[in-house]
Amino acid sequence: MGEEEVAMDKQETVKTMPAEEVTAMEARQKSLADLCSMRCALALQSLRKWPWDVYAIRLGAVIAALVVWQLLSANGVKFIIDFRNVPAPLDVGAQLSGLLSSSDYYKHITVSIQRILIAFSLATIFGVIVGVLMGRSRLVRNIIMPYIEIVRPIPAVAWIPMAILMFPTEESSIIFITYLGAFFPIVLNTIHGVDQTDESLVRAARSLGASNRAILWHVILPGALPSILAGLAIGMGVAWFSLLAGEIISGQYGIGYFTWRSYALVEYRNIIIGMLTIGLLGTLSTWLVMRLSRPALRWQEVSH
Amino acid sequence: MFQVTNQARKPTTTAPVLETAEMATTKGHRHVHVDKGHIHIDNISVVFGGNAIAVEDATLEIKPGEFVCLLGPSGCGKSTLMNCVAGFVKPSQGEVSIDRVAVKGPGQDRGMVFQQHSLFPWKTVEHNVAFGPRMAGCSREEASSIARTLLGMVGLGPYAKRYPATLSGGMKQRVGIARALANYPKVLLMDEPFGALDAQTRHMMQESLLDIWDEFGITVIFVTHDIDEAIFLADRVVVMSASPGRLIADIRVELARPRPPEIIADERFVETKRRCMELIRQESLRAFELKGEV
Repeated sequence: MGEEEVAMDKQETVKTMPAEEVTAMEARQKSLADLCSMRCALALQSLRKWPWDVYAIRLGAVIAALVVWQLLSANGVKFIIDFRNVPAPLDVGAQLSGLLSSSDYYKHITVSIQRILIAFSLATIFGVIVGVLMGRSRLVRNIIMPYIEIVRPIPAVAWIPMAILMFPTEESSIIFITYLGAFFPIVLNTIHGVDQTDESLVRAARSLGASNRAILWHVILPGALPSILAGLAIGMGVAWFSLLAGEIISGQYGIGYFTWRSYALVEYRNIIIGMLTIGLLGTLSTWLVMRLSRPALRWQEVSH
Repeated sequence: MFQVTNQARKPTTTAPVLETAEMATTKGHRHVHVDKGHIHIDNISVVFGGNAIAVEDATLEIKPGEFVCLLGPSGCGKSTLMNCVAGFVKPSQGEVSIDRVAVKGPGQDRGMVFQQHSLFPWKTVEHNVAFGPRMAGCSREEASSIARTLLGMVGLGPYAKRYPATLSGGMKQRVGIARALANYPKVLLMDEPFGALDAQTRHMMQESLLDIWDEFGITVIFVTHDIDEAIFLADRVVVMSASPGRLIADIRVELARPRPPEIIADERFVETKRRCMELIRQESLRAFELKGEV
């Protein structure tokens, strides 16, 4: 509504309404106008608060790197790095747009995501169970801790030969390697969370008649939840790490296999695409874990 | 803030209790009229780690419905003695009984209020209070109706859906009291519950506690090191000495109820306070000298 119209409205009301109603209406209009301008000001403020300069610099930095990379690759520079073997960003982009319309690319991605889901779910179930047992029982902790300390530092790649020998199918050995990667951060974070149980809350629960099982469900697990969820986020990252190692052995599908095969097939542009896809999937899935776990931690917020 | 909530509390105090009483008679499986706890503490001693004597040979009888304050310098073992009644500490010698039944461990017949409110931070105010009834086997609906009744009594009805982190210290402690009462226990055990609150809030809480106690007619053991608080609240002030923790005096507070806040200027109040101070002072000095020797 334009200002003129408002003014006209006002004049009309002056003619037909008693004086006190008019002032009340004016006051209402005024407060409405105030509210509107306040909203605008707030919107502006949040726009202004958005750190434009920061993002401009970051975007600029990425673009600059792409331009330099393009120049180096296009001219086949060889200085320490052999840029003749590194496909230029524009070539990679063209290749990607082709891949995006082929079902093959998506097949690799879905297979990888499937493996991640299976391995990560297993790691979550066993990680939390083992972590809670180790957190609550000295005996269990002392029995299992040495295994964790021995096995945990072994990198996923080192597991490949043994995993192939141990499991009947390639698929199961890949899932096993992925599972191992996710398992350790989840166990260790669960133990840490359970260790932090507030004993005064356990006492409170006991005095209210809670059984040991109720204390586990209502006190220990919710108390450990922030730490467990942090473990899940870390575990998800490591799972992708390990999956990639595992997929090198698979002769079928998977984004890691796609990347590795591209090397063998001298499809260098696909290597870059594979690498970027892995990075993106890893980041997205970790973000998803954190995003999904947020509602479970709402009680930590001091003000709504 | 407290004025508002206090006003909100007053008119609701009677109605919800009647409601629960009715509820109980119709359903017939829950004692809403409180079984008053008769506490016997017989020759209790607690020894920690071989030679540190926390409580030595304490004997105390608390009549049903009595309000008893355990008063003493910090570290005198008053909390330990109360934890024996709660069932968290097993006495090295002697026995505690409630209505002639020996205490074997923590139980629903004794509600606890802790110094650090100890609310479950991941449960809403209502679910905190409903926790006890749920553990006692009440249905979800029953438990939350009990919770709402008690929250109304402590003036926190409108805060039922909030999480503890969003409440002030005094409000958290009121939730703690409501939670402890939700199982309709025989005995209420309070371990310096108002110690962490500011003076104003503390006074408000003391007054509402007396209202609640009056309503429930429940036996209360209240641990404190604040002489004024002890006298203002209690029927009897039991004074403890430090290292080893012994009961050294049992002072009956001859002040009529209900007690208005001005009562702290009353002659008898001042006289009782003088006696307590004298005892505490001697004890503190002795404890100080003992520590000096060590």
